[in-house]
Amino acid sequence: MTLTQAEKAAVVAIWGKLASQADAIGAESLERLFSGFPQTKTYFPHFDLSQGSAQLHGHGSKVLGAVGEAAKNIDNITGALATLSELHAYILRVDPVNFKLLSHCILCSLAAHFPKDFTPEVHAAWDKFLSQISSVLTEKYR
Amino acid sequence: MGEFTPDEKHHIVSLWSKVNVEEVGSEALARLLIVYPWTQRFFSSFGNLSSATAIIGNPKVRAHGKKVLTSFGEAVKNLDNIKATYAKLSELHCNKLHVDPENFRLLGDILIIVLAAHFGREFTPACQAAWQKLVGVVAHALAHQYH
Repeated sequence: MTLTQAEKAAVVAIWGKLASQADAIGAESLERLFSGFPQTKTYFPHFDLSQGSAQLHGHGSKVLGAVGEAAKNIDNITGALATLSELHAYILRVDPVNFKLLSHCILCSLAAHFPKDFTPEVHAAWDKFLSQISSVLTEKYR
Repeated sequence: MGEFTPDEKHHIVSLWSKVNVEEVGSEALARLLIVYPWTQRFFSSFGNLSSATAIIGNPKVRAHGKKVLTSFGEAVKNLDNIKATYAKLSELHCNKLHVDPENFRLLGDILIIVLAAHFGREFTPACQAAWQKLVGVVAHALAHQYH
């Protein structure tokens, strides 16, 4: 399921709009994840996950930062996220099912912040894009 | 599975009271067909589904989206008894419509995204969590009679 040129353009355009709020959107996506899917908290026993916590914000930035790297290197997501892919495969070993959950929560945050821009076509493009990122991050699992 | 706290019930019922069932229902179904095009397999009688524009403007999609979300409203009215509420519909989806239950999960998540788009800030993580639970219970109930 590769991205068409139109889809790549849609991803890059929306990234442009959200880049300045990436940290907040990242934190919000994680909040949505931990509230909606409490089992995901098992990966963060060492974190203060309360709303507004510094760790939540820091981690949200990291996550959306990586999404941004993928958007800026959309023709070579595999290359752009190679180190992160190894990290997830050998150290973090987050079960693959959780990438779908986080992707869904990122889409919810995008929809909530940019309702007018989040057309069905943009929604489809971002769903595919996040799915591609998820594939790259789980590529080396076995 | 299936028991809602008073807070969750409040989130669900109060948001639902502001939902335009026809608009949200048709948008959710259209997005399902656009974002996950393989779901179009169930709607070969719907006519033109060849593009996002065609799907959004398709009157059968609109009507069916309204029908589906109206039915969803039954769950909201019977939060303590969703399984029984959907027993017959579950049989229908299995025996007559032959719908893979995975599609209920897909539509549930799309509905949540549409709610996020419509309600923005008001659709807080806590509100979303209540709705995630609801769509999960609905999907489970619709799959319950499958054999």
